[in-house]
Amino acid sequence: MGLLTPDPGLLFWMVISFAVVFVVVAKFGFPVIIGMVNKRKEYIEMSLLSAREANDKLAGIKSEGERLIADAKNQQQEIVAGAMAERTKIVLAAQEQASAEASRIARESADAIQRAKDAALSDVRDEVAELAVKVAECVIREKMSDDAEQKKAVLRMIDQL
Amino acid sequence: MRRLLCVLMFLAGVAMCSYAGEEKPEKNELDVPGVIFGHLGDSYEWHIADGAVIHLPCIVYDIDKGLTVFSSSKLKNGGGYAGYHLDAMSGKIVNENGERPFDISITKNVLQLFIVCVLLCAVVIGLTVWYKRNGYEKAPGGFVGAMEAVFDFVDKDIAKANIGHGYEKFSPYLGTVFLFILTCNLLGLIPVFPGGANLTGNIAVTMTLSVATWIAVNFFAPKKYFKEILWPDVPVFLKAPLPIMPAIEFIGVFTKPFSLTIRLFANIFAGHAIILSLTCIIFIAWQSGAALGLPMTVVSVLFCMFMNCLELLVAFVQAYVFTLLSASFIGLAQNE
Repeated sequence: MGLLTPDPGLLFWMVISFAVVFVVVAKFGFPVIIGMVNKRKEYIEMSLLSAREANDKLAGIKSEGERLIADAKNQQQEIVAGAMAERTKIVLAAQEQASAEASRIARESADAIQRAKDAALSDVRDEVAELAVKVAECVIREKMSDDAEQKKAVLRMIDQL
Repeated sequence: MRRLLCVLMFLAGVAMCSYAGEEKPEKNELDVPGVIFGHLGDSYEWHIADGAVIHLPCIVYDIDKGLTVFSSSKLKNGGGYAGYHLDAMSGKIVNENGERPFDISITKNVLQLFIVCVLLCAVVIGLTVWYKRNGYEKAPGGFVGAMEAVFDFVDKDIAKANIGHGYEKFSPYLGTVFLFILTCNLLGLIPVFPGGANLTGNIAVTMTLSVATWIAVNFFAPKKYFKEILWPDVPVFLKAPLPIMPAIEFIGVFTKPFSLTIRLFANIFAGHAIILSLTCIIFIAWQSGAALGLPMTVVSVLFCMFMNCLELLVAFVQAYVFTLLSASFIGLAQNE
């Protein structure tokens, strides 16, 4: 039957055509296309990998930032606590100093008052003594006209002394 | 499903034959086998519709006359050119003595073959240009993406999966074969001009393809492959006095491409034959009147639609099977 015997003419053209198609597809087309597909596959894998790396890095940066913020907060608290302590210390010291100063001033003024009092007293005493002397003079001048009396007075005074 | 359809077809055919046998043959009786085999076979002209015929060039070579080129329109109605005419029995060009010259005419099948080649080369070159222009960082869409998927499928799922180590050497060939068969099959399903010829249902085409696979299997095989054929690893009595196993292995070398040839040929041929037969039902039924013609037309169109869908699947499956078997034969030879 004609269907099962290959026709030489068609066979001839088929061999030529298939050879041409084979050369075009297998030498020029196929390697280029498959090469591109493989390259793109690599490119995609690489992109995914670098994206994952970047993601990790970003997460690292984020946690680093959080750590820094926490550190800063701690430091701030420490500083504030230190400042508070310092403040109370300064206040206490100032109070101490002030009270010491106050007691010193009080003491000094007391001394001064004492001194002034003493001076005033001695002044008063001197004045009184002088007055007494003057009074005595007057008295004495009055009474000295009588010798006998004078003698008696002098003797009395000597006894009194 | 297909087998069921074949049975149905056969029954219908038997019924029609008996029906036709009762009537006297009329003048305008449809010659069903003639129509079917006319469409399945080759011809010197491309018949599109009544009155629309592409006359193709005839190229014949004879030792006495040398090369002769003429249009196939010269052969119409028993005409001839330079002593060449159509043989009434075979429908081929013969010379005055009824002998076949070396006939490399551009027949319907050859033109279809050229169309397939041009289409394939255009597609592949187009793809290459696209890649040159766009580089690999951009993923293609649409047709280029689909073609890329096909190439990648052949490369990874057929070549790499079946050949394994060293598959890169063979995958361009397998890609060519796959695309070639797929294009032939799909174009064969188009009923009008740019397609419609029965290329992969022609034994010359499938034979060339299997011989190419045979070359890929045997010419690139390692030494171990030939040792396995001539002195296989079996008990000595199977190969020493009488080379039983070597003989079987040796026959196996040739049955593999033979099976490839017949499988593709028979599948595509059968598909075309079924669709043509279903179409012929319409004309046969109408010969016996509208009462039978109308319902049978509906049935025939429905069956034709179904068969065409099935053939679309078969077009892909047969291309896949041929390529897959080629790959596995190559793989067996490479890694035996």
